[in-house]
Amino acid sequence: MDLLNALVALANFVLVPAIAYGSQLALGALGVTLIYGILRFSNFAHGDTMAFGAMIAVLVTWGLQAVGVSFGPLPTALLALPFAILGCIVLVLITDRLVYRFYREQKAKPVILVIVSMGVMFIMNGLVRFIIGPDDQRFSDGARFLISARDFRAMTGLNEGLAIRTSQALTVVVAVVAVALLFWFLNKTRTGKSMRAYSDNEDLALLSGINPERVVMITWIIVAALATTAGVLYGLDKSFKPFVYFQLLLPIFASAIVGGLGNPLGAIAGGFIIAFSEVTITYAWKKVLTYIAPESLAPSGLVQFLSTDYKFAVSFVILLIVLLFKPTGLFKGKVV
Amino acid sequence: MTESVKNTLLFVVVAGLILLSGFTQSWNTAILILNMGLISAIMAIGVNLQWGFAGLFNVGVMGFVALGGLAVVLVSTPPTPGAWSSGGYGIVLSLLLGAATVVACVLVAQKLPKGRVQTLSIIGILVVGFFIYRAVFDPSAAAVEAINPAVAGNLGGLNFCTEARYCGWLVVLAWFAGGLLAAGAAWLIGKTALGLRSDYLAIATLGIAEIIIAIMKNEDWLARGVKNVYGIPRPYPVVGYEVELQNDPGFLTRADWFGLDPVTASTLSVKLGYSLLFTIVLLALLWMAQMALKSPWGRMMRAIRDNEVAAEAMGKDVTRRHLQIFVLGSAICGIAGAMMTTLDGQLTPGTYNPLRFTFLVWVMVIVGGSGNNFGAVLGAFLIWFLWIQVEPIGLWLMNLITLGLPDGSALKSHLIDSAAHMRLFTMGLILLIVLRFSPRGLIPEK
Repeated sequence: MDLLNALVALANFVLVPAIAYGSQLALGALGVTLIYGILRFSNFAHGDTMAFGAMIAVLVTWGLQAVGVSFGPLPTALLALPFAILGCIVLVLITDRLVYRFYREQKAKPVILVIVSMGVMFIMNGLVRFIIGPDDQRFSDGARFLISARDFRAMTGLNEGLAIRTSQALTVVVAVVAVALLFWFLNKTRTGKSMRAYSDNEDLALLSGINPERVVMITWIIVAALATTAGVLYGLDKSFKPFVYFQLLLPIFASAIVGGLGNPLGAIAGGFIIAFSEVTITYAWKKVLTYIAPESLAPSGLVQFLSTDYKFAVSFVILLIVLLFKPTGLFKGKVV
Repeated sequence: MTESVKNTLLFVVVAGLILLSGFTQSWNTAILILNMGLISAIMAIGVNLQWGFAGLFNVGVMGFVALGGLAVVLVSTPPTPGAWSSGGYGIVLSLLLGAATVVACVLVAQKLPKGRVQTLSIIGILVVGFFIYRAVFDPSAAAVEAINPAVAGNLGGLNFCTEARYCGWLVVLAWFAGGLLAAGAAWLIGKTALGLRSDYLAIATLGIAEIIIAIMKNEDWLARGVKNVYGIPRPYPVVGYEVELQNDPGFLTRADWFGLDPVTASTLSVKLGYSLLFTIVLLALLWMAQMALKSPWGRMMRAIRDNEVAAEAMGKDVTRRHLQIFVLGSAICGIAGAMMTTLDGQLTPGTYNPLRFTFLVWVMVIVGGSGNNFGAVLGAFLIWFLWIQVEPIGLWLMNLITLGLPDGSALKSHLIDSAAHMRLFTMGLILLIVLRFSPRGLIPEK
């Protein structure tokens, strides 16, 4: 029985990765939920928007590395992030101007917009593959660990090490800053308030003189910034691969729906719920249980509920349970 | 120009495109495009049934296609010796136990009054059921996977013929089994997910497709997972085997009569055999879909699609009808998937990709004309032709663009390498252009 070691093992293999992953999902889900709240459709191209933003960050990072610029212990990609956000904003604004605006003026049904976003998804996916190729790209540099497992063991004298990678710590810090900025913007500024008003009741907002095109433009700008940030953080934490971003669509949507589509707070909660369930259900608990249980009861197997390849299944089952019992999500979402 | 002349002309144009690639590239390529076009057309009919007739937004086509392929392995391949006695029955028993657990939970949820007792008993049943299931399942699956893992390690199929290669009728039966398996899965999914709003249903089906692929990749006892199954029997005798044809004197004289050398003649004969069978299946399904569209049932479906509330007020059971058409459309996708696996001769779960197997089929239906079966078929052939031909066209285009650049420049080689990725971009562009300027597709619904 060794509670302290069990706790450290738990933190190392479950808590830290899940918090980092949850922050990435939350940022992604915020983008989805904002689009749903303001433009009123589920944006299937969101994963590929993230990939596009991250791709620009990768390219700019390579450029900066080539001219010898670095950010000390922090990854150079952080310096590239503003450029990537700018590039992504340009892309989504062009897309909105050329594609979505037409259907908005027609007041097309949401499902048509979803199909349109499928087309945009193809195009963005093609663009990313065209520019950077379909392969894995590594672009993280700087110090790898904030605390490495060995240092932690030496510091505390415990058997278990607690490793926190720079990318994980960075993810959480950046996500907190981004979310704080977003909520300050939505709740305190005039533009943010007009966005919320537009989301709550479109007709009433129009009557009170809110310019819908401006609201939509600002929404896209925010979404592009969030998507790029999420994409870059995910890429730093794991690695950049276009197809993986496409597959992230499912957990991101699950997070947004579980929290209640159109509700920013719900998106954050949903992101962490999905991330924690994925990690805990696919983690092999043998190590933690061996510390907690008395020796005679030590587990013989891995005590893994599902193999890691079933992580999609986890987010999906949670999604289904929430939808069956609380159709608008945990936090009250909106219905179009 | 009347409606029917225009439509016939469109089909003639697509046929001409395929023939053109036969003349300019090779007949092998042309027939390959034709065969996959036929399969895509069947998938498009399935999606059109769901989206065009009933307005159901199913983006889980890939899952049903993959299930069709799984059924082919489970039916038309020979069984692995000893697999059933060592663990097969245990696996079936564990799956039954798992199903019993779920049924028990549903019963408790229905029978017991809501409250803490109900919640606790459901959790209790789930936990106990899960551990019993794993206790039975794990050793059985391990036993099956341990049998000759280099070439088998799975349960195998039901092909008990002495010469599995020649059991052609079983292969055709396997296609229907593929439809049945997909239909069963669709029934389960529809029962839980069809009550959801359209975009929730989309996400749900997207997720289910990913789960089906994850299961097929991981459960080695089922169909060898990512180790793939090779050498799946062909629908003999309509489709033969090249080497045997080349040794058959009767075939050689016929090949000689056409003026073809034996190797080319045998590959063409095999592919044309598939074309013949696929055409029969396509025509049969197309006929059935047309009949369904014209029947009172089809009118009711469209009425539900156009105004659910009004249809419900007229006494139509919307949920049941949705479930019905969801199952039917998915079954058709399953049949197409089974035929595709037979055509490939192998099951490779790693190659299923939602862009290719779900969203591309959607592009086919929308471009062809949702709500019109002929439109879906036309769209399938056209889009499949483009999907194959965009790559060489893109390469040609890139060579043209980079003509001025010096040889060996990084940009030139990058552009030429990237030509292969033009197809996704092109498909998106086609979809957006059609949605914008001709939202009802090439052959609109009547």
